[in-house]
Amino acid sequence: MEVGLSHFLVVSTALLSLGIYGVITRKNAVMVLMGIELILNAANINFVAFSKYGNFGLEGQVMALFIIVLAAAEAAIALAIVLNIYKTFNHVNVDEIEDLKE
Amino acid sequence: MSESILVTLSIVILFLPLLGFTTVLLFNKKFPKLYLFEVGILIGAFLLSIVVLIVKLSSYLDTEIVSSFTWIDFGDVPFLGRVSVELGVKIDNVAAIMVVVVNLISLLVHVYSIEYMRGDKRYNRYFAYLGIFTFSMLGIVITHNLLMMYIFWELVGLSSYLLIGFWYEKKSAADAGKKAFIVNRVGDIGFFIGILILFTSYNTFTFDTIFEQIAAGNLPFGSSAWLTAAGILIFMGAVGKSAQFPLHVWLPDAMEGPTPVSALIHAATMVAAGVYLIARIFVMLTADAMLVIAIVGAFTAFIAATIALTQNDIKKVLAYSTVSQLGYMVMSLGVGAYAFAFFHLVTHAFFKACLFLGSGSVIHAMHHEQDIRNMGGLRKKLPITYASFLISTLAISGVPLTSGFLSKDGILAGTYAFGSLTGHWLIPVIGFGVALMTAFYMFRLVIITFHGQPRDQHKYDHAHESPFVMAMPLVVLGVLSVFIWYTPLPHSPDAGWFISSWVKTPHTVVPAESSFEFMVGGAAENAGIIHSEMYTEAMHHAHYPAMFLSLILGGLGILLAYSMYQWKKIDPDKIAGKVPGLYKFSLNKWYIDELYDAIFINPTVTLSRALAWFDNTIIDGIVNGSASLTRFISALSGLFDTYIVDGLVNFTAFFSGFIGITFKKIQTGKVQTYIVLVVFSVILLIFIVSPF
Amino acid sequence: MELYDLIFYFFAIVTVVSAFMVVTSKNIVHAGFNLLFTFFGVAGIYVLLGADFIAVVQLLVYVGGILILLLFGIMLTNKITSVELRTGTAHIIPAVIGVGIFWGALTAIVAFKTDWVEVNTASTESTTIIGLGNLLLTDYVLIFELLGILLLVALIGAASFARREIEELKD
Repeated sequence: MEVGLSHFLVVSTALLSLGIYGVITRKNAVMVLMGIELILNAANINFVAFSKYGNFGLEGQVMALFIIVLAAAEAAIALAIVLNIYKTFNHVNVDEIEDLKE
Repeated sequence: MSESILVTLSIVILFLPLLGFTTVLLFNKKFPKLYLFEVGILIGAFLLSIVVLIVKLSSYLDTEIVSSFTWIDFGDVPFLGRVSVELGVKIDNVAAIMVVVVNLISLLVHVYSIEYMRGDKRYNRYFAYLGIFTFSMLGIVITHNLLMMYIFWELVGLSSYLLIGFWYEKKSAADAGKKAFIVNRVGDIGFFIGILILFTSYNTFTFDTIFEQIAAGNLPFGSSAWLTAAGILIFMGAVGKSAQFPLHVWLPDAMEGPTPVSALIHAATMVAAGVYLIARIFVMLTADAMLVIAIVGAFTAFIAATIALTQNDIKKVLAYSTVSQLGYMVMSLGVGAYAFAFFHLVTHAFFKACLFLGSGSVIHAMHHEQDIRNMGGLRKKLPITYASFLISTLAISGVPLTSGFLSKDGILAGTYAFGSLTGHWLIPVIGFGVALMTAFYMFRLVIITFHGQPRDQHKYDHAHESPFVMAMPLVVLGVLSVFIWYTPLPHSPDAGWFISSWVKTPHTVVPAESSFEFMVGGAAENAGIIHSEMYTEAMHHAHYPAMFLSLILGGLGILLAYSMYQWKKIDPDKIAGKVPGLYKFSLNKWYIDELYDAIFINPTVTLSRALAWFDNTIIDGIVNGSASLTRFISALSGLFDTYIVDGLVNFTAFFSGFIGITFKKIQTGKVQTYIVLVVFSVILLIFIVSPF
Repeated sequence: MELYDLIFYFFAIVTVVSAFMVVTSKNIVHAGFNLLFTFFGVAGIYVLLGADFIAVVQLLVYVGGILILLLFGIMLTNKITSVELRTGTAHIIPAVIGVGIFWGALTAIVAFKTDWVEVNTASTESTTIIGLGNLLLTDYVLIFELLGILLLVALIGAASFARREIEELKD
């Protein structure tokens, strides 16, 4: 089978599912962040793939670029938050951080 | 000076006292001297009114200046045609003279009150009330339509009420105020219905338009009987306001008000408003209406005079004298002597105001003693008061060289002519009889009060002449009671400018068949001057007989008074003892108040009691019954509320709480749990929307 | 296009397998390094899709920036010398089932059920940089500038946030 749009999309869905799995299962906050990066990458693959196979010109790539920038900003902020959590609780296990409850 | 300036000036004069009223009422707490502002305003109004009078009489002697605008235009009303309400002023000679009279007396009373009312705790408010009264009275005088007339009519009623009850802490004063108001209301109902009859017929309130319609043969509901009815009904208003029988009972009681108020309102101006009203509608009075008016006037003059004979309160005597003189004026209008009625109105305003202010001066000097039996010999203590009082008494008694002589003779001549033309001789007889009684009771009053020996030495010793501001109005009014202001010849009012050129009897507009024969006709060139040659002739013939007769009767009355009270030749007590019934009858004012008590007031009270009983037992029973029923239903509904509605509410709350507790477990506070939920939801969504 | 397909499958396998390693690895440092391979794989896929500039940016930003940041995060929040670097997992069985269903459904829809209209716009340009540059400074210039500001704000905010004292937070 010739490699086409579907192949890229399958890769992207796999990455997305793995990202979600990571976000759900991992206790460490940094690991959760990694899962989020996977999800973002999956989205990016979609954009670039549609940019190639769709009739949109380069706009999909522009979106991918923006997402990368956003991911960078997000990573910076998220790590700052993780550091703060660490200072407060002396660990970064998200399942033990239950202050949101009540 | 053009007509429009004259109109503007009149309106300014009208509103100046209102300005005074509002200003004084609004700011009297801050400026205790504000009454001077009110007095100043009256001086301004008076000077302006003099200007108006002079211009009117010199430039527009025979012109009626009318200025009006349409206030409400109802357009073309179904079944009625065009209806609009106009407001406006009408300045004829009568109005111009009246404006000056009102302003002058009001001004004098203001000045007088500065001293008389000094120290009263509602001093400024008193002047404010005088202001609103003056405003309302001027409104009556210069209006050109019945609607405004009615409005100002009620306004004078209101200000009269306020001023009679000015010392409302005194129960008698408060009662008198109420009485005046309620009794006037009876007359005003008639007035109102009369206005409505005319309005329904002609769709207008304006005098001149109504008169034109009548003159064109357009009678209300096509019948002159309705015209008579309208005339008599409007006259009812005058009966109330001018204290004619049977509604005269309020005026003597109104003497509870401050004496200057009595002078201004209840002697000179407001009570004359009724006469003025009849004069305004004079041209539309039918023969029947005029006869009714004449009889009512004559009867009033008679009973008031008989009552005045025996009264001992100085103000009561003057009050009944006022009623009697008003009866004269009304009678005079009834017999067609229009000009003399108005003439008497003016002269009476001056000398009666003078008498009242004089009595105020006496009362002031005697420290609020009003019973003449405790006075006497005051002439030495109060020379100015005595002099002016005497002049006014001469005037009211019809002694030559006074204004009263002129006007009274004119009226008597009018009644005499009326009697000779129609055969109603009773009216002139009553007229002359009243003249005799008037002279008698007025001199009785003067003699007992001012002559002889003091009966209450203590009060006499403390009596003192009034200060300048109280004496000055007396002098002015006394001087105005002399003939020279009205005619150069003291024996003939016809020679004077007042009667011959200023005030002319308007021509009647009533159809000939329903008018007095003598009122009809007259050559066209005479129209608007006097009714007819016939009446003029009759008046002319009546002049000298009437004059001599009234001189003789007046002199007789004075002589009688002197012989009874000054020379003590006749003992009045013996006469009273001989006819105790008549004496009691007169002293108790013909028992009219008691009669009213028996006929109207007691039945009303009884009816009210019955109604109160009905209210208390039946109506309240129903109300209470429905209240208990409501309470019962409320109790039921309360139970329903407590157990069913509240139960539902509580159950809802409990249910919510239960669900909350149950599903709280989902809220772990862990981010990952939420994400799991999100993922599951997305899966669900996929299955729902997907093409599977 | 045998070679193209071959390269694609290579990068796809690298990406997915390393991603799988990321989310399943017990050792957090291993996870981080596996992420590196994932990013490389994705970059390769970008190249295959003709997005050379994006691929370069992917390498620069993800590998050179975000990954380094994540490693810093790992090191700052784990006491390397004393505490093990293993991290626990939770809800594995429901997560596997749920994500499995999710993935299956998604893949089924995306790859098999949807009838994609493929317009293969094989770019005549040798590079996309010119086109991207034009777009960024014309149609998307506002977003571009806003993103610049966003980055600046994010960096300043992150710096100040991370430096805050514990006592302040406890208040």
